[in-house]
Amino acid sequence: MGLFSKLKSIISKKEKVVEEVKEEYQVDSIEEIEEEQIDEVSEEVEEPEEESVEEIEEPEDVEEVEEPNDEEDAEEPDDEEDEDWANFIKEQENKKKIEEAKEIEKYDKGLEKTRKEFVSKLSMLGIKYTKVDEEYFDELEEILINADVGVNTVMKFIDKLRKRVKEEKITDTNYLNEVIVDELFVIYVEGESLTDKIHMAEEGPTVILFIGVNGVGKTTTIAKMAHKYIEEGKKVMMIAGDTFRAGAVNQLEEWAKRTGAAFYGKENTDPAGVVYDGLIKAKEDNVDLVLIDTAGRLQNKVNLMKELEKINKVIEKHIPNAPHETLLIIDATTGQNGISQAKSFQEITNITGIVLTKLDGTAKGGIVLAIKEEVNIPVKFIGLGEKMEDLKPFDIENYIYGLFKDLM
Amino acid sequence: MFEYMGDRLSNAIKNIRGMGRITEDNINDAMREIRMALLEADVNYQVVKEFIAKVKDKALGMEVAKSLKPDELFIKIVKDELVELLGGEAAPLYVDGKPSILMLVGLQGSGKTTTAGKLANYLRKKHSKSPLLVACDIYRPAAIEQLETLGKQLNIPVYQEGKKPVSEIIKNALEYAKENHNDYIIIDTAGRLHIDESLMDELKQAQEVCHPNETILVIDAMMGQDAINVITGFNEALSLTGCILTKLDGNTKGGVALSVRHLTNVPIKFVGDSEKLDGLSAFHPERMAERILDMGDVLSIAEKVEGIISEDDAEKQAKKMMSGKYDLEDFLTNLKQIKKLGPLENILKMLPQARKMGLNKVQIDPKDMAHIEAIVLSMTPYERKHPEVLKASRKQRISKGCGRDVAEINRLLKQFEDMKKMMKSFSNGNMKLPF
Repeated sequence: MGLFSKLKSIISKKEKVVEEVKEEYQVDSIEEIEEEQIDEVSEEVEEPEEESVEEIEEPEDVEEVEEPNDEEDAEEPDDEEDEDWANFIKEQENKKKIEEAKEIEKYDKGLEKTRKEFVSKLSMLGIKYTKVDEEYFDELEEILINADVGVNTVMKFIDKLRKRVKEEKITDTNYLNEVIVDELFVIYVEGESLTDKIHMAEEGPTVILFIGVNGVGKTTTIAKMAHKYIEEGKKVMMIAGDTFRAGAVNQLEEWAKRTGAAFYGKENTDPAGVVYDGLIKAKEDNVDLVLIDTAGRLQNKVNLMKELEKINKVIEKHIPNAPHETLLIIDATTGQNGISQAKSFQEITNITGIVLTKLDGTAKGGIVLAIKEEVNIPVKFIGLGEKMEDLKPFDIENYIYGLFKDLM
Repeated sequence: MFEYMGDRLSNAIKNIRGMGRITEDNINDAMREIRMALLEADVNYQVVKEFIAKVKDKALGMEVAKSLKPDELFIKIVKDELVELLGGEAAPLYVDGKPSILMLVGLQGSGKTTTAGKLANYLRKKHSKSPLLVACDIYRPAAIEQLETLGKQLNIPVYQEGKKPVSEIIKNALEYAKENHNDYIIIDTAGRLHIDESLMDELKQAQEVCHPNETILVIDAMMGQDAINVITGFNEALSLTGCILTKLDGNTKGGVALSVRHLTNVPIKFVGDSEKLDGLSAFHPERMAERILDMGDVLSIAEKVEGIISEDDAEKQAKKMMSGKYDLEDFLTNLKQIKKLGPLENILKMLPQARKMGLNKVQIDPKDMAHIEAIVLSMTPYERKHPEVLKASRKQRISKGCGRDVAEINRLLKQFEDMKKMMKSFSNGNMKLPF
């Protein structure tokens, strides 16, 4: 119950802080102050032994940031394409800092909203259900299924919960809510220490291979990853291993231009060959980080999966211990098929983590809980939009709170 | 695809077979299985709830007719309900306009651009239209190039103006279509979230400019429970006329199909079932429901075969097969025809009781087919007609020609002989067809 007691103290402290702030300063919008206070509080109660729990990001300079203006979001299309791209890159560079701080603000505001809602929901649930009965379990099942948590995982989870309710004679719904969050956390973490860090090669280039079914956002994720590491001062190169889909090579090349990454790619050739040549070039140029894009493939297409196996072998042969990371990209809107995707790709590659994309929509991506339970692959990053800054480390705690947004 | 659903349903229904009549007790297990199966297939939670209640209600209220056994009756109820959920009649595409205008919308990565290409190909082939593709994805890098590449592959014109406002592009595209006598205009738009107001407004403006006859949501068949938010979001903003379900060639159960029509009344017009540019099939609720219930989908196969093999040819082939005069030359012709049908697994899965024969899990590497073809192609026409002349030295030559080893050639010849024997025994009436 370590997690939950912590959570509870955060919540109670937060409520107290909110009350105090309200009384003392009579502020209308208490959100920003509350935010900072909460972060302080959460840091205080952080338990050192829980390695997996990421520190909640602190928006230090949130208040200094300009208010977001809408013009930036809707990019104005221009007559001259080239000029437009040049402008775009310039604009990106000029506003990078503002954008970034804005992003942090956006992300944090979202999380803050989640935390707030979570508090009210816990209390609401206490009002709606004073007893732990069938109806209560039904609603819980609906919440979890609607979040696309795997059907088996949900059924097992609810059975476990029923048992615990019976054994511990739990009648208080407030207490049961604590148990739920705790148990979900346990399912995911399972006593392991999880990390969202990318495993870097000790010597020579680090190679990351991106795989997944069609349309999940592999190419965009690569752009985001490149941006992240270029910012950190790394020399990054992209290799276009998707030689199949029309325009895929161009798409990646465009992102290389925008992020300032090096690029290697050829259209309509054998992807393994492109990867081979690309890796040679990466070594020659002393690149720190190589990001390899692959074509989207449905996991039941034998020939395409064989192709991926071949790509993997080429990388292995070329650079010892590579790929250092193989990231499976999963679209947050994916349903139960996500488990099958993870299983099939795991069979031919050694997946080291998942990037859960498109979490900025209404989908919850709950299938990652089932994937962790059944295939034991953790989520490393989440995608929150189409811009290159929109990649964030995954935080299971915040994620579980997010699931309960719809508790009422 | 849907047939995975059938596994659980057919197991559940089997248990009712021996019962004298339908009572609440003896269908409870079946109902639970059906519920799990539907949830595992990503059918919307509410839809599952309603479906279960309705089926149960109907099943219990039904008098067991003398001609039907309880399990047959139960299947009938489940099937009828499934068909109703899937939308009853098939919904055809609007093609009567001069010109007709179709706009594709959807989330990022659902497959809009590929579908645009497939639709253009379909309209030209099946409705003799002269389509124009309009590139309106001004956001994603290289999206326009993607559509242009598809256009080039299909030899279908693509109208683009780079990164201009969408309504302007569409206005000019309509002019262009008039001048060039394009009678079907397909507008490809950028992927967007249904909750992104400014981008949704862009689509509304586009609709005002061109008043499309069809506004079609392209949706990924692998979608989970969030599908309903997406569909309602797009439908409320844009009044959709239809839906295209993509990536159904994966092993997803595609329960989203069951949710779409029922919750929004938007018909599913096509399904995308291959990465090839002719991988677009009409959606038939009745057939889909039968397939779910393990009744096979022979009509779909027939339709596919029809487009490729003429009836006369088929008859000739059949006669030859039965007479035992079938040789490797015929085999090669058949092999080429089969290749045109698309992935063979898809065809096998459609056969009635495919699951019972284990055909639903058969995975065929197209490369194996290519190897077989290479072997046969490395033979001389004489050798193909008289495979018995193939001895060691000829096999060596063939092996060098096709790059496969002699053992593989032997295996192929053995299989071919076995097949011939089997066909002969079919015609002699010694053996019953497996289905």
